[in-house]
This record gives sequence, structure tokens and C-alpha cells, in this order.
Amino acid sequence: MKNVIVTAIILIGVLGFSQNKNAKATMEVDGVCGMCKARIEKACLNTKGVKFAAWNTDNHQLELIYNDNKTDLNKITKQILAAGHDVKEQKATDAAYATVHPCCKYRDLEVRKNHKPKQDE
Amino acid sequence: MFPLFLFSQEKIKGQIFEESTKNQVFGLAGANVYWLNTEVGTITDIDGNFTIAYKPDYKSLVISYVGFKTDTLAIGAPTEIKHRLQPTGSLNAITVKSRNQTTSRSYFQAANVINVSSAELLKAACCNLSESFETNPSIDVNFADAITGTRQIRMLGLTSPYILIATENIPSVRGASQAYGLSFIPGTWVESIQITKGAGSVVNGFEGIAGQINAELVKPYSDDALFVNLYGASNERLELNTHINTKVNNKWYTGLYLHGNTHNKRHDNNNDGFMDMPVFNQINIMNRWQYIDTAKGFMSFINLKFLNDEKQTGELDFRPENDKLTTNHWGSEIETTRYELSAKLAYVNPEIPWQSIGVQTAFSGHKQNSYFGLSRYNIVHNSLYTNAIYNTIISDSRHKIKTGLSYTYDHYDEAVNARNFNSDFERTENSIGAFFEYNFNNLELFNLTAGIRVDHHNLFGAFVTPRVHARYSPWSKSAFRASFGRGKRSANIFTENQQLFATSRQINILNSGGNIYGLNPEIAWNYGLSYLQGFNLFGRKADITLDFYKTDFKNQVVVDWENPLEINFYNLNGKSFANSFQAELNYDAFENFDLRMAYKFYDVKTDYNSGRLERPLTPKYRFFTNVGYKTHHDEEQLGYWKFDATFNWLSHQRYSNTLSNPVQFQLPNRTPTLATLNTQITKVFSPKFEIYLGGENITNVRQPNPILGTNNPFGPNFDSTFVYGPIFGSLYYAGLRYTLN
Repeated sequence: MKNVIVTAIILIGVLGFSQNKNAKATMEVDGVCGMCKARIEKACLNTKGVKFAAWNTDNHQLELIYNDNKTDLNKITKQILAAGHDVKEQKATDAAYATVHPCCKYRDLEVRKNHKPKQDE
Repeated sequence: MFPLFLFSQEKIKGQIFEESTKNQVFGLAGANVYWLNTEVGTITDIDGNFTIAYKPDYKSLVISYVGFKTDTLAIGAPTEIKHRLQPTGSLNAITVKSRNQTTSRSYFQAANVINVSSAELLKAACCNLSESFETNPSIDVNFADAITGTRQIRMLGLTSPYILIATENIPSVRGASQAYGLSFIPGTWVESIQITKGAGSVVNGFEGIAGQINAELVKPYSDDALFVNLYGASNERLELNTHINTKVNNKWYTGLYLHGNTHNKRHDNNNDGFMDMPVFNQINIMNRWQYIDTAKGFMSFINLKFLNDEKQTGELDFRPENDKLTTNHWGSEIETTRYELSAKLAYVNPEIPWQSIGVQTAFSGHKQNSYFGLSRYNIVHNSLYTNAIYNTIISDSRHKIKTGLSYTYDHYDEAVNARNFNSDFERTENSIGAFFEYNFNNLELFNLTAGIRVDHHNLFGAFVTPRVHARYSPWSKSAFRASFGRGKRSANIFTENQQLFATSRQINILNSGGNIYGLNPEIAWNYGLSYLQGFNLFGRKADITLDFYKTDFKNQVVVDWENPLEINFYNLNGKSFANSFQAELNYDAFENFDLRMAYKFYDVKTDYNSGRLERPLTPKYRFFTNVGYKTHHDEEQLGYWKFDATFNWLSHQRYSNTLSNPVQFQLPNRTPTLATLNTQITKVFSPKFEIYLGGENITNVRQPNPILGTNNPFGPNFDSTFVYGPIFGSLYYAGLRYTLN
């Protein structure tokens, strides 16, 4: 009986989770600059159901708010990969990576170095 | 069938914590816990506990929460999990200091906005908001007359009544405070200034025509615990500013801001028998309360302000106790008291960052009693402003909307007793309006802000105000902008043109059957085009801006000075326009050295009853240069020097017509050209203490005879409004700033 209750709670929990109109998630996405930011956020927002996407250029964290009746992290992740940006667990295909602007080739160490902010003061 | 299947599964229990600053741990409620690449997930309860189904092929458990670093845990067996999430903020503990420009234009906003930071405001040590624009080429600072020392600002060639001037988005320098209001906001109270060229947003009302200026004031939460600024100038002007800020409890902060300035020395450098600048005393007090509750998303401000300002000017020998309103000596006193009470309440949904509601309301009472020679002018203006605004998105955060309601109430009570003109004017204006503004941002190339408001005004009736701004960036570091918009306002002819009382001119209002002094409201359209391009010049950052704006008046209250014995107010019959072109270059020429140059061209013309003429005392060309240099400083070397210099050149300006005067009171058609130079040196000893030394108009340029008819100030030809340049000559000042965090 106890198991039934626990299962019911899990079910409600899972159900509740999957019906969140403003589900939140944070993930790490690789990139280097403001152009990458626009590309990543656009890829997310072009996924139906994503309401808010903000990628932080410094710490590479992408904050998402989405209606999980309409989409899920898998679909969003696919869009990001298709735009050519690696996420923590998966790499974008070489074909997708080839489409990013030369200045945004974040896998290239030289490009990474060039985007480090200068410490003027 | 499905529950049975679940029964066969195992479960994982766990708890998620957040790390607080004091190494305490709290359960993190609402964190997402899910298996990577599955749709199996849950959220933690109020104590951070969760339970999640487990299958051997689930290997990576993802724990995420907005504001925290997402972690993925490798799970080999169903064990209990205790995991601590780290805030994203603490991830990059390295603070990266990139050198910020003190004045910057955004590459991304739809409107042409110039941001002026507090560092820029320090470049000219003085003293109040009207003097803060001297290092900014988008705003021109002029003297209004030879008597009151008032500085008047202009934008796109139009005087300040055509600019919506707000403090923290509440329109504040308007109505009775139009003439002197900028000098009632002490410079140290200003945290930053945003200047919008062109029509601006519909959110703050329908009045702005040439642009909007918003001054953000210092806030109890972010301002220093103690700030003291002392200023003394060679003309014996003294100023004291003190800020005291304290934390009341975790949510309430309060600040007390005191400003006093005094000038009691009578100067007459040009020996015309008249003081070069008034003697004055001002006391200005502000108390702010700030409430912050980030967890619940509430923010609030309550502000109380009180001002008392007394000016006395006129002939050197004038003493009010004996000579007030007599013909012994010509003199003037202007006494202003003003109080303001304003409150703001904002709610930002902590769960949904794009949703917020704000309500702001402000009440002000403004009273000016004044006399100029034998003329008297008194005004009482009570004003109420209320605005409620709701922010949200349509479908996703690229489509933002702002919508809301506003209500304004203004009551004016004026008594005008001038030569052959004795009249009391009383009027009430109120308006209720609704606004809607849509912003589209495609995140890369294009950005559009389109707003519309509908207002019902007791004297104007119902009317629509559209305003649209768009930005397009076809290539890197570029921004093309276009805007158009409409503005409407009632002209407060006496308070906006107070310098007329320091003349012997006869006041005439040519009635056109309107509701405001018999005149109809002013209506204008403003159109703008702008191009900003950033580039590298010899490896250093530079940007260039080209702006073109056209203001086209559909109706205007024309202020006609063309008969030297009269001032005539009448509604526009024909055309009136202001075209302005500005080219500006900013160049970070070498380490710690900034150069800003601007060239401006104005074509401002109005159809007067005597024909189409250039607006008087408006230079056609201006040239502006500001250079700033800082010596090196870093963590070890806290002390450094700052050097600033600003050069202004103005072309010939048209004098209004004086041909009908007797020959000794006639002026040439145009003024001479004018060049002025200001400099300032600041020695920063530490972040706590700095001293500064500066010179205004160091080449000692002076307008030789700023007042007509000084020998007989009660005669028909007395006029102090023909002012194109400095009267006092050069002025040196020194001051200190002390800050305690």
C-alpha cells in the first residue's frame, strides 16, 4: 500500500513537472561572443514553446523558461546543436559547427583566447 | 498496466541544497531533477527533497535551477543523493574590469539613446543638472538672460520646454519649474542620465517633442554610506553636498541628501552698473526610502523633497529693503519654494523574469514669487502624476509589450503685473490616457519599438500620440536608426519666457480662441535618422555618429521678439521647423585618453508675423571638443590624476530686430562668433578622497554690453535678453569629495 502511495506521488510529481507552463532549466552551452549569444538564444526561441532564453557570455550558462506541454529540453538541445553549439553532454555535428561564423569558432583555442576580455584597468 | 510497470522500478531519493554565503546550507525548493535525454523528471519540495524513478539505463541525473550552475551526476546504483548546487554568480569569481566609456550610445536599442554615467558627470564639477551637460554635445547650454544667470538647455535646436525632462521617469522639470527647474536638481544627486533624441517612448506622456532626458538619482541601497562634497569658486560661490545612507533592516534602506549653495558677493566686471550674476541662497533636501525584497520580487521607493531658493539681482546699489518695486534702483528678487512627494512600487515576478507591474505617483507644489523692476510675476503650480505600467511578452521574449494607464492633473494660478498688462490667469488641466508599446528584437540585426497612446485632456479633447523607433544593423558595429513621433503640449508662456519681465517690452497675446491664455496647444512631429558606426583606428576603438532630425510644428505658440518694444505671443500661422544635423566622433586615441568631437548644424526657422526668420540667438554651426586623460591606476596604485578640457565654438547668432529703436539702442544683425574653453584637473588620492580644481571660460571671453538701456532701466529700451555669451568672464573653482562606504 505504501508503495502505491509513493508511486502516486511520483506520478503526480512527474505529471506536475510535465505540465509546467513556465518550466525552468539551466544548461551549459559552449560559445565565445555576443554573436554566439544571439545564435544560441535565437535557436532556443525558434523552438515552439520556449519563452525565454538568456545565455551568459562569461560563464556559458543558458537559462531557459519554456512551456513543457509544447517542448522539452531534448528538443531545445537539438536546436542548439543544429545551430552549431555544443552542450555539456553532446557535441554539435561537424556540419552544424561549420555553419558558425569564423569569429565564433569556439572549439579553436586561438579564437577563445582572442575573446578573453582585455584587462585595461 | 502503467502503474504496475512503475512498481517494478526502483527509486532514488535525495536532497538538493543551496550554498549560502556564510557556508550554511539550505534545502533548495523547486529545483529540476531529471534523467538526461529522458522525459522522466521531478522538482524538489520545499525542503529540497525529491524522489525519482530509477532504471539501470538511466545514467546521468541532471539537477538544474535558474541562478545556479547545472550539475549532471553520474549514477551507477540507486543510492541516496545529497547534492549542493552552486550559484552561477560565484562561478566566475574573477572580476573582469573592462574600461567603460563614460558616455556611450547603445548599438542595440531602437531609440537613439545616449547614456551619461556618473564618471562623465564628474568632468564638470558643477553643481546642478543644468550644468551637467557641458561635456555632452547632444545638449547645448545657453544663458537665458543677463539678469538671472539661468542656463537654458537645448536639444535639436529647440529650447527645454520641448524636451521631456524626468527624474526617474516622472516628468519633473515642467510647468512652473521649467525656467529654473534644472538648477533645482543638485549634480551629486544624479547617478546617471539617459538622453533620448527624437520623440522617445509613449510611456512617460505625450509632451516630449525634441527628446527626453531622464535623470536617475542616487539610491539609498547603492549610494555610499557617507558622501561629502565641498565646492568653492573664485566668485565666492560656495556649495555643500552631503549624502547619508543607512540600512534600516534587511529590506528597507534610507538616505538623506542635503544640498546648500550660496553666493553673496556682488560682481560687476563689465561696469554697466548691473550685477553680472545674481546673489542667491538655496537649500535643497531629499529623503528617500527604498524597499527591496528580491525573493518576493517587490521594490519600492518613497521620496520627499523640499526646496527653497532665493535669488536677488539687478543694479549693484539695489537693496530690496529700501528699493523693492521703486524706481530708486532697478532690482529683482525671485523666491521659489517647492515640495515633492513621490512613490513607486514595482513587482517583478521572481519566477517569470519578463512579467512586472509598476505604479508610480508624484505630487508637487511649486510657488514662485518674484518681481523685476516694477513688474511682478507670481505663480503657484500644483501637479499630480500617476502612471501604472505592465510589462510582459507575447509568445517569447523577442516580443515585449508595455501597457498601462496614466493620469495627470495640473493647476496653475498666475498673477502678472507688468507695464500695461495686469492679469490673473488660473487654469486646471487634467488628462487620462492609456498607452501600449510593442518591442520586437530579433536579437541580431533588427529592433523595433512602436508605441501609441490615447489621451483625453480637459482642454485638448481626445487625441492619439504615435511614436516609432527602429534600428537595423546590417554589418558589425553598425546601427541605422529611424524614428518618428508626435508630441503635444500647452505652452506656459510667462514662466517659460520669464526673461521678458527683465525688459520694458509690452506683453501682447494675440488671442486665437484657445483655452490656454487664449492660445491653442503646440503640436509637432519629429522625424529622425541616425547612423552609428564603431571601428578601429590605428588599433584603438573609435565610433562615429551621424544624426539628422527634423521637427515640424503643426501648431506652435510663437514667441515673437521682433518688435524691440513688444513681446508678442500668437499661434503659428505658416511654418515652423527645426532641422538639426550632428556628426560626432569618439576616439580612444591612446591608453586612458579619450577624444570626443562634434560638429552641429541647426536650421531653425519660424514664420513670424513679420516673415520667416531664423530663431533668434540660435547659432547655425557649433563645434565641440572634449578631451579626457587619466594617469595609470590599478589595485596597487590607487591614486591618479584626471585631466579634462572642453572647447565650444558657436557661429554668429541672429539678434531679434532692433531697427525701430533709437540708434544708440540698435544692435547689429548678428552676434560675433564665440569660443569658450573649460578645464578641470582632479587628483584622486584613494577611492575615498579626491580634490579637484577647474576653470570655466579660462580664456576670459565676455559679451561686452549684455544689457540694453542700462542708463535708464525704467525707460522704454531696457532689455536684458540679448545674451549670446558669458557675462562674468573666467571663473576658477576648487572642491573635494569624500566618500565612506
